[in-house]
Amino acid sequence: MGEKLRTYEEINEKIRQGKAVVVTAEEVIDLVEEKGVEKVAQEVDVVTTGTFGVMCSSGAFFNIGHTKPRMKVSEAYLNGVMAYSGLAAVDFYIGAAQVAQDDPLNKIHPGEFKYGGGHVIQDLVAGKDVLLEAYGYGTDCYPRRKLVTWINLADLNEAYLFNPRNAYQNYNVAVNLSSKTLYTYMGVLLPKLGNANYSSAGQLSPLLNDPFYRVIGVGTRIFLGGGVGYVAWQGTQHNPGVERNERGIPKDGAGTLAVIGDLKGMNANWLWGVSMRGYGCSMAVGLGVPIPILDEETLYYCAVKDEDILAPVIDYSDAYPNGTGEILGYASYAQLRQGKIKIEGKEVPAASLSSYSRAREIALTLKDWIQKGDFTLTQPVLPLPGKDAGARFHNLPERPVNNGRVGR
Amino acid sequence: MNSSQKVVLRFPPELVERPLVCELALQFGLHFNIMRASISPHREGLMVIEIIGEKKKQEEGLQFLEENGLEVESLSQDIKMVEERCIHCGSCVGVCPTEALYVEKPSYLVKYDETQCIACEMCVLACPTHAMEALL
Repeated sequence: MGEKLRTYEEINEKIRQGKAVVVTAEEVIDLVEEKGVEKVAQEVDVVTTGTFGVMCSSGAFFNIGHTKPRMKVSEAYLNGVMAYSGLAAVDFYIGAAQVAQDDPLNKIHPGEFKYGGGHVIQDLVAGKDVLLEAYGYGTDCYPRRKLVTWINLADLNEAYLFNPRNAYQNYNVAVNLSSKTLYTYMGVLLPKLGNANYSSAGQLSPLLNDPFYRVIGVGTRIFLGGGVGYVAWQGTQHNPGVERNERGIPKDGAGTLAVIGDLKGMNANWLWGVSMRGYGCSMAVGLGVPIPILDEETLYYCAVKDEDILAPVIDYSDAYPNGTGEILGYASYAQLRQGKIKIEGKEVPAASLSSYSRAREIALTLKDWIQKGDFTLTQPVLPLPGKDAGARFHNLPERPVNNGRVGR
Repeated sequence: MNSSQKVVLRFPPELVERPLVCELALQFGLHFNIMRASISPHREGLMVIEIIGEKKKQEEGLQFLEENGLEVESLSQDIKMVEERCIHCGSCVGVCPTEALYVEKPSYLVKYDETQCIACEMCVLACPTHAMEALL
């Protein structure tokens, strides 16, 4: 299986000539069933993947340009949502999960969290004017102390999405064993196994099609928020060492991606501010990765099916918040997509928090871009840490603090 | 022939203490199932009911309620899906008790069948993009 079939250069040459054979990670499944891995690997140059789900670790850097007189901003709000300004004078970062400053939060539970950083980013990308309020403490070189103005994405010097953790390779199925309704980042969970929520594009999800990170790495060009982005690094909590099945598919949340891309080229349809009742604000992000079929093994992994991918079922009334590690069982994405799974003998309605129809649309869009010659592939400049790299996500080792002294 | 429909009844404050809805059964021989009610003395009241019986009797019964000062409207007007805000995730589907919200296959788009809705408003709570609106 190790024989090289094609190089990045050869694939890109075919893309430029409009001759590249591209299929989505969904389409490749039927092809492989019909013709087998060997034949399809000979025929197909690129397989496209996609995912569209709530990804809290997302946000954007931007620079608004200098004012006259100049100002070193130390506190800033966009449509009432705080942006981090502990950077150079007029540089900011707004996080998707930041809620509006005057939001009542969970004072009346469950809070609505109507507007936050994700909504600001969506509004900016939609071309809407956004209200900026900024404060500075005044210095000899940056004397101005207050600024209130409308800003628009088109007027910003730079604006780029930089998401520290996207595209989780597999994720939990959330359920509730308690007797009261839970409001979580995994949605509303009804008591006594009233429902089960999951959040992965499964067979279409980028990292589930390249389980050992053989082709996706730092520098991989991707579909991001309707525009073009790049893999910048492994994402936070990248955890490649988890248990895997015989196909190499992790049985738990594993690899993640940090991604970057120019906000000005993106589309508000693919960056969507969301409100999770009782939990907070976030953003649904559209992300798709092209996988070059360099050899048969790459294609074998792309032919993964929902029935091959298992997700752990976790109780969000106890096991998740208290970090007990208890797993109630596993469900395959094929079962989950049927809309019902069995947990502890009970039939439970299952629903997805990430949109499968939109994941499919992303994979098809990326396919279209490549077929038209608008999007070529990049070879990673650095691989992501793999399953044997020793990188392991762990909990915080808390140390007691006594009288201001850090204990050992 | 028997059929059923779901309606929203609004009671002006002066009517909340009058036994009106029971007349649907007593005068018109209709069955009804109260799905939701919030009626307090001296305040406006709201009731969501399913009425079961002959179509003609249903019309007569609802006309009787209207003549007595209740506002009557079809339930389907009260829970709305704002299509352009729906991202077709499915958050609403698992909490919907009647499968009024469901994932259509093979498109995997979220669809809303208003006729199955009982206005429990769980979808309004669960929808992350405010695509489900309750006008009750």
